[in-house]
Amino acid sequence: MKLAYYPGCTLKAHGKNFEETALCSLKELGIEVQEIPRWNCCGTVFSLATDDVIHHVAPIRNLLRAQEAGFDSVVTLCAMCYNTLKRADARLQESSEVRDKLHRFMNEEKINYNGGVKVFHYLELIRDQIKLETVASRVKKPLKGLRVASYYGCLLVRPKGIGFDDLENPVIMDQLVSSLGAEAIDFPHKTECCGAYQTVDKPQVVALRAGQILKAAREQGAEAMAVSCPLCAFNLDYRQKDIRQLEPDFPTMPILYFTQLMALALGCPEETLRFDLHEVDPRPLLKKKGLI
Amino acid sequence: MRVSISQKKIRDSFVQKVQEISGQNLLVCYQCGKCSAGCPAVSEMDILPNQVIRFAQLGLKEELLNCRAVWACASCLTCNVRCPKGIKIAEVMEAIRQILLRQRRDHVDITKIPLEKRKEFPAIALISNFRKFTS
Repeated sequence: MKLAYYPGCTLKAHGKNFEETALCSLKELGIEVQEIPRWNCCGTVFSLATDDVIHHVAPIRNLLRAQEAGFDSVVTLCAMCYNTLKRADARLQESSEVRDKLHRFMNEEKINYNGGVKVFHYLELIRDQIKLETVASRVKKPLKGLRVASYYGCLLVRPKGIGFDDLENPVIMDQLVSSLGAEAIDFPHKTECCGAYQTVDKPQVVALRAGQILKAAREQGAEAMAVSCPLCAFNLDYRQKDIRQLEPDFPTMPILYFTQLMALALGCPEETLRFDLHEVDPRPLLKKKGLI
Repeated sequence: MRVSISQKKIRDSFVQKVQEISGQNLLVCYQCGKCSAGCPAVSEMDILPNQVIRFAQLGLKEELLNCRAVWACASCLTCNVRCPKGIKIAEVMEAIRQILLRQRRDHVDITKIPLEKRKEFPAIALISNFRKFTS
């Protein structure tokens, strides 16, 4: 089985730890992916204004590239890419006016894209096709004794019809973490927004928000947090520096992509984990647990 | 806060514009306040999400175009999925931002962000911020 894969911009730079561990884990599970040829930035956010069609060109062009290359589905890792690609496709399919306009915007393309390339997230692939039992059976190093809170944020679950788990109480990442041998910690802030792109112009606000999310997880006994969005990862990890400036006693918590946990448990080489890209170093915790 | 209501304001084209850009019928809202109760950004807002809808119904254009609330919203969509009347509050917030951005009234000035800070941000943070807060 060969799948089309859309990485998105951040996974090629700040999120290298996300991409490398995701690809290595899939390899361990016997799945091959192929990067879409000539992909471009998806625009990161879906346009909420009804009359703004031009911003759908970027995500739709990626789906067109996938179709041109003969694929009928695309797997993504970044929560923002997933949301934007999937919503743009739905928008194009529900309105002939939007579709015609997009065709006109992209009139130099060889084909007209009429929708239908299925966008799905890596976690859906694990849950629905690979199956969690298969993942569990391939675990070489169970993450025993590691207490992990899964943070879903906004775009994996909202809006309704786009998200792939319960709106208010998603569980897919918790189930994955459990199948890797770790202890999944439930906590009330798992879909509470971290402040997203406000981190650029209002970093203090995001630091407060991240602090609340991390505290809520710690109160339930979590030692680390699993995420699936490079922006959530940045906010929850790098803003801990700002939280500690306001609150010097704030106990830091390592933020890990769920794929890093997979790679660790499935026996991927340690260099794929790229802990050098983290602000809060996860290595002391993982060493304490005997995992590295 | 003193607010004056008039027929003129209610019939202002601003109300129509907000409805058009957002694709929402503002009058559907019955002010239950569930959007504000669940909004993670309320602590940064001068007008709460349910008040934004009420103000928009009443055509309180100046109050909305000068409020902090629409810029505190990160389009997390919690309000949208919880609204019992199915109103997309985040889309109304977007419409008000768009009315300002389409007049080149940017909320973020890229040149004012120090270079060393800019380097720290992943692409995803900068692109989404500029997409939402600049024209």
